[in-house]
Amino acid sequence: MTSPLGKDLLGLEFLSSEQIRLILDTAEPFKEISERAIKKVPALRGSTIVNLFFENSTRTRISFEFAEKRLSADTVNVSSSGSSVAKGETLVDTARNLEAMRIDMVVIRHGASGAASFLAERIESNVINAGDGTHEHPTQGLLDLLTLRDHLGDLKGKRVCICGDVLHSRVARSNIWGLQKVGAEVAVCGPRSLLPNSIEEFGVTVFKRIEEAIEWADALNVLRLQLERMTAGYIPSSREYNRVFGVSRERLNRAKRKILILHPGPMNRGVEIDSDVADGPHSVILNQVTNGVAVRMAVLYLLAGGKPELAEAAKGGNR
Amino acid sequence: MPARNEEPQTLLTASAVERTLKRMADQIVELNDGTEDLVIVGIQRRGVQLASRLCALIEKSEDAKVLQGSLDITLYRDDLQTIGPRPVVGPTNIPWVIDGKNVVIVDDVLYTGRTVRAALDEIADFGRPARIALAVLIDRGGRELPIQPDVVGKKVTVEPGERVDVLVEDLDGRTAVVLIPPGDAAP
Repeated sequence: MTSPLGKDLLGLEFLSSEQIRLILDTAEPFKEISERAIKKVPALRGSTIVNLFFENSTRTRISFEFAEKRLSADTVNVSSSGSSVAKGETLVDTARNLEAMRIDMVVIRHGASGAASFLAERIESNVINAGDGTHEHPTQGLLDLLTLRDHLGDLKGKRVCICGDVLHSRVARSNIWGLQKVGAEVAVCGPRSLLPNSIEEFGVTVFKRIEEAIEWADALNVLRLQLERMTAGYIPSSREYNRVFGVSRERLNRAKRKILILHPGPMNRGVEIDSDVADGPHSVILNQVTNGVAVRMAVLYLLAGGKPELAEAAKGGNR
Repeated sequence: MPARNEEPQTLLTASAVERTLKRMADQIVELNDGTEDLVIVGIQRRGVQLASRLCALIEKSEDAKVLQGSLDITLYRDDLQTIGPRPVVGPTNIPWVIDGKNVVIVDDVLYTGRTVRAALDEIADFGRPARIALAVLIDRGGRELPIQPDVVGKKVTVEPGERVDVLVEDLDGRTAVVLIPPGDAAP
């Protein structure tokens, strides 16, 4: 039996709903491991995993590293600064050199959309996309799904609105595809300048006002305003953005039902989300972080192993 | 798939399973000099069902509370690299401090011993019991590791390719132990 997910995890767009459910269901028992005194199981003992991070990251990199270590894999972190990437080495050359040292998996974050799949076609190791440009961030999408499922139960028919800077957000794309595959209704809300031109093609509802989104939704996934990717004047100012689109306690209080608030982090407090919302009773932002480790453990586990050429040696039952 | 030439043969009926479990419960109490430090840990999935039955029987006969836990050994298997990942079917739940306790591992069928090896490794990650014993409903032989049970329900000799399935009420709708002829799919 080879991996039920195939060789790589590049995005949620091409996963089936069964594969997404398998990852979420597999993540459930992994939650318990992080609650043990000895937070470690031997599943990936002997596997070597390289975390190749060409963009800054705290949460995702550390979360992957915890997931790898709690599965007993050996891990190496490579960042663009301080490695030969700074000397002009290409992505493929870097990865091939790592492969020559006999690695099993690469977790890659890169500023260029499609970088993970470019790499996956060229190396034999399993590749996990930890965010490629504005394309996808599949493990973030999965941990959002897991957190929503923890609080809302089956997501079929549940309404989730993705708010803010959808244009620059790989989290938004992974969320839209992931949520739709498990049967949720998806909407987006944000200034037109921060929504992709073809947003309707995703099959989502578009809200122009945050008040309408709050009225409609069971959960809001509030995106960070990605000022570092904004090359032109997309919004007049952060302050004005907060006044028109900010998720505030006051706006949430007007909603008739309890709305779950998610944020992929890092937060711009006082811009897309107010502090009393981020730290308030609606927020499941830290649950997302906890679930991130479990989801990444599930992905690593499901991609690992299954080398048929070794199966001959393993003949015999396993009872 | 080879032609199905035989019907599954019943090795133990529901009432025979009940009688066997009663005897096993008594043996577990005897082996551990009572119930004071006893922790019974079932291996997912059918071992967990059997562990519950054994706990209930011991609690009834000894009039004492018995601590119970469950283990899923999937992540401790030795065949991930070759066979590939298998679904993790159930939670591991050992909410007790097991240091210094008498742990009894319960499983339905003992075959190669590899599951028990994995369970021993997993238990070691939770603490250091005073002793660990193994109780199985069926010992079908065919060990690949030096592991032997302390309490056995029934020992059976099984031809290569045949399979012994333990059916339990909660998962299968009835209680029985059956011998499945070669080539039949898993339940």
